[in-house]
Amino acid sequence: MTEPILELHGLNKSFGPVHVLHDVDFAVRAGEVTALVGDNGAGKSTLVKCIAGIYTSDSGDVRFQGEEVHIRGPKDAAALGIEVVYQDLALADNLDIVQNMFLGRERGSGWLLDEASMERAARETLASLSVRTVKSVRTPVASLSGGQRQTVAIAKSVLWDSKVVLLDEPTAALGVAQTRQVLDLVRRLAEQGLGVVLISHNMADVFEVSDRISVLYLGRVAAEVQTKEVTHGQVVELITAGRSGELGLARPDSAVL
Amino acid sequence: MTQTPTASSDRAITDFGIDTTTLSTAEAVRDYLARVRAGQLGSLPALLGLIALVIMFSALSDVFLSLNNVANLLAQGAGQTMIAMGIVFVLLVGEIDLSAGTASGAAGAVLAMHFVHDGNLLGGMGSTVFIVFNLVLALAVVLALLLRIWPGAALAGVAIVISVSGMTANPWLEMLLALCVGAAMGCITGFLVARIGMPSFVVTLALFLTWQGVILQFIGEGGTLGISSSPVLNKVANGNLSTLGSWALFAVGAGGFGALMLGQHFSRLRRGLVTQPTPLVLFKVGGVAALGAVATMLLTINRSPNPSIVISGVPYVVPIVLALLTLGTYVLNRTSYGRHIYAVGGNREAARRAGINVTKIRASVFIVSSSVAALGAIVYSSKVGSVDAQAGGLNTLLFAVGAAVIGGTSLFGGRGRVFDAVIGGTVLAVVANGLGLLRQPAAVVAIVTGLVLLLAAMVDALSRRRAATAGR
Repeated sequence: MTEPILELHGLNKSFGPVHVLHDVDFAVRAGEVTALVGDNGAGKSTLVKCIAGIYTSDSGDVRFQGEEVHIRGPKDAAALGIEVVYQDLALADNLDIVQNMFLGRERGSGWLLDEASMERAARETLASLSVRTVKSVRTPVASLSGGQRQTVAIAKSVLWDSKVVLLDEPTAALGVAQTRQVLDLVRRLAEQGLGVVLISHNMADVFEVSDRISVLYLGRVAAEVQTKEVTHGQVVELITAGRSGELGLARPDSAVL
Repeated sequence: MTQTPTASSDRAITDFGIDTTTLSTAEAVRDYLARVRAGQLGSLPALLGLIALVIMFSALSDVFLSLNNVANLLAQGAGQTMIAMGIVFVLLVGEIDLSAGTASGAAGAVLAMHFVHDGNLLGGMGSTVFIVFNLVLALAVVLALLLRIWPGAALAGVAIVISVSGMTANPWLEMLLALCVGAAMGCITGFLVARIGMPSFVVTLALFLTWQGVILQFIGEGGTLGISSSPVLNKVANGNLSTLGSWALFAVGAGGFGALMLGQHFSRLRRGLVTQPTPLVLFKVGGVAALGAVATMLLTINRSPNPSIVISGVPYVVPIVLALLTLGTYVLNRTSYGRHIYAVGGNREAARRAGINVTKIRASVFIVSSSVAALGAIVYSSKVGSVDAQAGGLNTLLFAVGAAVIGGTSLFGGRGRVFDAVIGGTVLAVVANGLGLLRQPAAVVAIVTGLVLLLAAMVDALSRRRAATAGR
């Protein structure tokens, strides 16, 4: 087993009186797809936002490539090479693909953008991910389909020499063929040596692309398992009840004893 | 999981094929027509409307296309067009600046007062008002510093220096003062909208009234401050370049445009990037150069109705508007600041997540708007020769917003260009001028202007709906 590239230990996060994350341990390994699953309100999105620096955690350690780090804002996370592809995409409709991919990190000086270099890099990145569905990198995002947008959002996240990519429900709003394309892309990211985190509700997707599954149950990690060693049914039980046979959180009564 | 061939590889014909090759001219034209049909109209309706208006008015009035009237029309519309150019920046981030008109009037009033009282603003305002005036400027500096917008703070600071030092009247100093006062007013608007988080409509509505009061205070009810006795201030909107200067302007303008377009085109072609077909680029450059040459030639002919004096040359407002247009277009298209303005207007949350300082961008556009409005005030005050209590009030602001919208700038943010304001401003100037020549009463002028604006907004809404259905 490889050393995790990103490791969280005992992470806690509260919003006022609501304790959303309880002592969460979570690890991402390079070259693997780790699925993060859980019911609505289990804390998946909060965990992702803590990793991305959008929320700061109340306590807990974060280790990146074996070194302890403190992520205080989105810029810190980006500097480490952690990129998030959000559910609601975070693309500006009125800008084209190149402009979106380089948004906030334009090349060239602030007074004169280097469009040529950006355009070439965007095209190379899309080509390296074998993205073939986009006609021109100068197409405005407004005229792309849902799958193409998701593709652009994912391609944007790998453009930055990133090491960890977190995908928040990348296939939630997509049709069958488009889901196929995005899942292929997710697999290709892992093959390129990135640590990939896939958040999904769709068990079929999770079992198809992930190497490892972390289950959140009411803000606690119920289990972290190898995908090959569990069944659909077990994972669903872990999501809904927090345990399945020997796996998962201890039974409340046995905890009392 | 193995790499199963997917549906996507069947469609590999489009594997960036279009990107690396140049479109043929026919393809580019077809592509453009397809985009127009899909609702991406840009300023096309405004251009067509402008042509229609010009044909209509020249048929109805012999004077309309006379050289004297055309030159006059350019000067009449320039101030309002410039205010519209600044407002485009605010509209691009999806905000509105209702105060730009009266802010320009207030900047104009300070300019006129500095000129009339020979730099002695203390004497012109009275000590209480003078102290409050400088305190407000100081407040603007502080707010700009809190927003970390250094140019805004610097400009507001310069306004304090000019005001306190009491330097004697100098037209260039007065123009700088107007610009700086405009920037200071923008700092206040920007802070209230972006940092405090008040809706821009309410903030600028309140400031619209406030600045109107400021103008009244400076000028007095029913008063006017004349500035036409200064040759420089008078010539801004009423003077013309010499024949040689006119042709020099043409050389710089057309030559610069051509060099920029062709240089960019061939450098992209060399690096194998998406380009328009070479004939089309050459046609565009040639077209602009030809239009410029014809306009320059006509404007260098003597157009004086009075045989004893000679009026010829390109009006100064043309290079002023062109310079502002070039600067604005450069900032929006070629700098990261401009890119971020579009991003904030397109998807504020995406911009925030991309690490863009949204607060700063939203505040800064109000500073741009007020500063450019102050420049507009210099031009329209020069045209009239004085600043009165109505300066920048009445319809000034609404016409400026209307000009931006007629040109194709969206009120919802993210879509628009500085060029739109120029087209839209020209349309409004042509309507006002043409109906005036036809001796139509003010009622008709107001109704027609309103209908033109309504038509423009309708075209925008329809094309937007078209784009929403055809886009995917």
